[in-house]
Amino acid sequence: MKLLYFAWVREKIGKSEETVELPASVSTIEELITWLESRGPEFQAAFENKDTINAAIDQAHVPHQTALNGASEVAFFPPVTGG
Amino acid sequence: MTIRVQNENFSIEEEINAIKADRKDIGAIVTFTGTVRDMAKSADMSKAIPITKMHLEHYPGMTEKQLSEIQAEAHSRWPIIDSTIIHRVGDLFPGDNIVLVITLSAHRHAAFEAAEFLMDFLKSKAPFWKKEQPEEGEANWVDARESDSEALSRW
Repeated sequence: MKLLYFAWVREKIGKSEETVELPASVSTIEELITWLESRGPEFQAAFENKDTINAAIDQAHVPHQTALNGASEVAFFPPVTGG
Repeated sequence: MTIRVQNENFSIEEEINAIKADRKDIGAIVTFTGTVRDMAKSADMSKAIPITKMHLEHYPGMTEKQLSEIQAEAHSRWPIIDSTIIHRVGDLFPGDNIVLVITLSAHRHAAFEAAEFLMDFLKSKAPFWKKEQPEEGEANWVDARESDSEALSRW
């Protein structure tokens, strides 16, 4: 699965994208965040206030309870501030 | 229907001419242009601080997808003849254009309302992020405003 990070989430994690093999136990965005946090302090810092982090599956906004269901691309980013 | 995400500036007049072409059924053209301000609120919101640069990051692919969905929704809700959305990314400076929305309709109400709808949804759905460089100190990511997500509730 391809993971993408944007804005300060990208800065805290220290990379803009990566490809990961998920353990079988990870089936929702929430579980993916918990798994990412176990990978190091940079992820813990990025997801410290996880309620404020937005997620997208295959380029569509989704709530954290959403199932991954074979998604190919998941992105994490702060609330958007364009316009 | 036009959607563009680009670093280059845009000409409002050229974009109006391009979308209007030689159509004769258009009674109303509404444009909204967002520009970079030279002042921003400090992190604790207590004072305004001078800004020298603004960097705009986006999520290529999702940005265009979200803008297309927002545009299609506007066209389904109002009798809009055509519309343009252009958003700049990269390094911008005070006074620079950031975003352009143009809506065309037979009568003004549809064009006005659709333009406001497009901007309200763009601001809370399209994956863009602003980072402001103050005159002194480090650049800061701009915080999302409650008022921007509240603006959606009226639609």
